[in-house]
Amino acid sequence: MQISEAWLRTYVNPAVSTEELVAQLTMAGLEVDSVTPAAALFSGVVVGEVLAMEQHPDADRLRVCKVEVGQGEPLQIVCGASNVRPGLKIPAALIGAVLPGDFKIKKSKLRGVESYGMLCSEKELGLAEESHGLMELAEDAPVGADIREYLSLNDNLIEVDLTPNRADCLSVEGLAREVAVLNQIDYQSAPLNKAAVAHRDTLHIAVDATDACPRYLGRLIKGVNPTAETPLWMQERLRRSGLRSLGPVVDVTNYVLLELGQPLHAFDADKLNGGINVRWAKDGEELALLNGQTVKLDPEALVIADDARALALAGVMGGSESAVGEGTQNIFLECAFFAPQSIAGKARRFGLHTDSSHRFERGVDPFLQERAIERATQLITEIAGGSAGLIGEAVSEARLPKRLPVELRRARIERLLGLLPSDEQIAAIFRRLGMTVEPAAEGWRVTPPGFRFDVAIEADLIEEIARIYGYNNLPSNRLLVRTELHKATESVLELDRARDLLVDRGYQEAITFSFVDAETQQAIMPGADMITLQNPISSELSVMRGTLWCGLIKAAQHNVNRQQNRVRLFETGLRFVRFEGQLLQEKMLAGVALGSAHPEQWGEPSRAVDFYDVKADIEALFTLTGCAARFVPSEHSALHPGQTAEILAANGERIGLIGMLHPNLEKQFGFDSRVFLFELDQDVLLVKQKAQFKSLSKYPSVRRDLALIVREDVTVEQITNCINELKESAESALQTVVPFDVYRGKGVDEGHKSIALSLTLQDYSQTLTDSEIDAIVSKLLENLKNKIGAKLRD
Amino acid sequence: MPFTPEEILAQASTALADAQDLTQLDQVRVHYLGKKGLLTQLMKELGALEPEQRREAGQKINQAKDRFQELLDARKALLEANELAVRLAGERIDVTLPGRGQAVAGLHPVTTTLRRIAKIFTSAGFRTVEGPEIEDDYHNFEALNIPAHHPARAMHDTFYFDAHTVLRTHTSPVQIRVMESEEPPLKVIAPGRVYRCDSDLTHSPMFHQVEGFLVDRDVSFADLKGVIYDFLQAFFEKDSQVRFRPSYFPFTEPSAEVDIECVICSGSGCRVCGQSGWLEVMGCGMIHPEVFKAVNIDSEKYTGFAFGMGVERLAMLRYGINDLRLFFENDLKFLQQFK
Repeated sequence: MQISEAWLRTYVNPAVSTEELVAQLTMAGLEVDSVTPAAALFSGVVVGEVLAMEQHPDADRLRVCKVEVGQGEPLQIVCGASNVRPGLKIPAALIGAVLPGDFKIKKSKLRGVESYGMLCSEKELGLAEESHGLMELAEDAPVGADIREYLSLNDNLIEVDLTPNRADCLSVEGLAREVAVLNQIDYQSAPLNKAAVAHRDTLHIAVDATDACPRYLGRLIKGVNPTAETPLWMQERLRRSGLRSLGPVVDVTNYVLLELGQPLHAFDADKLNGGINVRWAKDGEELALLNGQTVKLDPEALVIADDARALALAGVMGGSESAVGEGTQNIFLECAFFAPQSIAGKARRFGLHTDSSHRFERGVDPFLQERAIERATQLITEIAGGSAGLIGEAVSEARLPKRLPVELRRARIERLLGLLPSDEQIAAIFRRLGMTVEPAAEGWRVTPPGFRFDVAIEADLIEEIARIYGYNNLPSNRLLVRTELHKATESVLELDRARDLLVDRGYQEAITFSFVDAETQQAIMPGADMITLQNPISSELSVMRGTLWCGLIKAAQHNVNRQQNRVRLFETGLRFVRFEGQLLQEKMLAGVALGSAHPEQWGEPSRAVDFYDVKADIEALFTLTGCAARFVPSEHSALHPGQTAEILAANGERIGLIGMLHPNLEKQFGFDSRVFLFELDQDVLLVKQKAQFKSLSKYPSVRRDLALIVREDVTVEQITNCINELKESAESALQTVVPFDVYRGKGVDEGHKSIALSLTLQDYSQTLTDSEIDAIVSKLLENLKNKIGAKLRD
Repeated sequence: MPFTPEEILAQASTALADAQDLTQLDQVRVHYLGKKGLLTQLMKELGALEPEQRREAGQKINQAKDRFQELLDARKALLEANELAVRLAGERIDVTLPGRGQAVAGLHPVTTTLRRIAKIFTSAGFRTVEGPEIEDDYHNFEALNIPAHHPARAMHDTFYFDAHTVLRTHTSPVQIRVMESEEPPLKVIAPGRVYRCDSDLTHSPMFHQVEGFLVDRDVSFADLKGVIYDFLQAFFEKDSQVRFRPSYFPFTEPSAEVDIECVICSGSGCRVCGQSGWLEVMGCGMIHPEVFKAVNIDSEKYTGFAFGMGVERLAMLRYGINDLRLFFENDLKFLQQFK
């Protein structure tokens, strides 16, 4: 909400600067967003009156004017504006005046005629972006008065960003009340002079929806002057609150809304049929609103209706058909209290948000309506004449919000704030906030006023004490004791450690959006159930990722498009999948690698990253967890069918996938090099095996190398399994097996390959002799031959 | 006798001095001390002498042998030293050439920031707990004292899947989930991704928050102030002014916004702080009795505080990042600046 500082100061004028005033509001929880001067800086401009005017002898478009500025002799001023005429009152800049933009007014000659000043337009005074001709002042403007004083331009526009609980401050009076409390002084409301009741005509008022509208007031004002104009002071106050002048009746309702916080609405009484009813709308009922929008209503919408139709969306916006217009002479002025819960969300349903709905949703004082309608009537009749009728009222007392007394205990204040102000301080705070305070056994019984919808429990009262006392004046405790020791588990590897490992192996951590493009996801996981947002930001961010690959591929593309030919990224986070009707949010760790295996360097020949590079990075993670994992040939629609492995834990649980992006997708996503991907389930991956000591053998170990010829389809895993079986069943001296070469070509039959293995043998009870070793190796060869057809290469 | 030991020794010293490498030197050694070496030969010939002569001649030969060995050792040491010098000279490399192998990458600045926040709080006994990102309306709103149509919901710009399922708009639902399942005392921080249906220069539809809360007997606003103050000093490694401003969150009361003296201009006013000298860095407050009620904690017995902060905002202030969108573009040129 934006208001004029000068207006606020007519209510309460503490001896503090603008800066201090604004700081007080901010520090009391009424955050001031900005303070803007009402007008640009200028000086030396007064109200002038054009007494006489002659044509300039040498210029068709210039006039030589005699201007009275209240300084004895009238001044001769040359002016080129088309609207200059005798009798007109205008802002006159005197010699020595400084206009916005540091434009200094000096005595000058225009085509040979001396000019002692300048007559100004609104634009020249910085009051408008554009203007046509001189600014025309009211006939009663006092000649000679400083224009800044006359237009009250020494003012600031204060923009307050109010939290939803403080609807009571959505008015000048509400803010004045707070300023008064903070400065421990009183505030003064604008005087209310009730207009005399001049006729007895009324409309019948009925309220069907008493829950939603416990109080409704209305009155007929007849014979208002349709040509009356809103006085400058009111136009200015409205303008400084960001509202345009729309004619006296609408201006007054807006003015009272700003002044007291009570929305009002005026209907053109001649356009109404019969009486007024506040009711729920009928299904399909239509209403053309003031903003030109026509809404289709349903029984969830509260309307003000006459006997024929809905007139207004209650508490939100009036209808165009019953609106006050240029020729309106008879008006029906309404002022109601709508229950917040029945207005809340109603405006938003129709894409609306108005000053009125903003206030009703948050809570308008249910006891303010009579005062507001009297105040509006006073202003309307003062400005536009007319005769006021009786106020008709429909009220359901039982449905009005109750303000119940709240118990406040001294001990509780101290326990929550760590401090207890004196009884006098506390009572004074509540009294100035408009609350009723009575002593009670352990403290006080405090009854909040009607406008405080946010005070209902003890904590609310304690917050008020803290707020007014000043949060920064409350104590601060620097020591947190009472703490239990943390666990240092070795059954789970910390995710941070896994992240560090990948970083150390050259993967940059990425964070991508959890919602992705449906098309990309469809391409990567065709046929998968999409989890779709109802209201996405854009179609590219419309479905929840079923794999982290969607975002990583996009991030890789982003970088490839920016001349990065080597990309290694990883990400941790949730993926969202539906499984047997259940929504699963699974913690994953995923990565992408493309380009050369190593950063460009002089010492190693350049080589493209391949499956085994990425596999090594994943194996390194298993080294950290101490858990064995298997890489099983597998398939996935996004991956190359010959370069995909499913990764399984020792117990068979699925850890994840690794593979090369399918060449079709590689092309579709516009990559020009191979892309490798992995995605691992954190919950399974990070299971850690605590280390278990095994005693060391005192005897020497022996290495034997074997070159085996096997069929092309035999895997290294089959060979090592054979060796491990033998180790477990008979030959415990077999320690490790490392494949150190794979050879195809000359000397090896077509469809076969040679795999060179190094075996380490070591016994725990003796030094192995050559013949013992030979025996183990030949037993091993025998097994390998029988199980997988392996033979020793000659 | 053709040569005396002295004569042989004289010859040998010349030969030793002439040897230019260890191979030649060894040939010299063999020539004099080998099985058929000249000095060895003399030794063998001793047997033919008379016992007295034998003793005297033997001593002379032994003296010559010892002397030869000394000279040999000295020459060997010299040649070895020369050889090493040549090797060292030949093995000189350009130590300014870069090292070989894999390069170390870096963590995302959001992760680094989250880690620092967690480190500060875990040192005071807080535990880290995570929660689901697709949340139900109850945990995201209802239980946090934000009923349907509450004006505070409008501040949240929520992403919906259906009427009851949302992307969490804050990490506060974790507070509810922990308090539902555990008994006080509780000291928890909940970091994670949150989502708001809003995207422009200063809003990202996804960002990170850290929620923290402490529930125990006799926890007061003074404790909250102390924790927040200490945290901000620790995080920014700077003894900055901190102020608490009354604010409103439906799930805390009293509620406060926390401002820190601008870390860029130290409070004198700059573009980052909008000339105010203050930066809004987090929200906090005492847990609302309605929230305790929703999780069946007796608010007469226990009190508690909660706080929440935006991680990207803290990272931007800490590292001087000026564009929120950079966090999620994952441009290597951006990411590589953070290790």
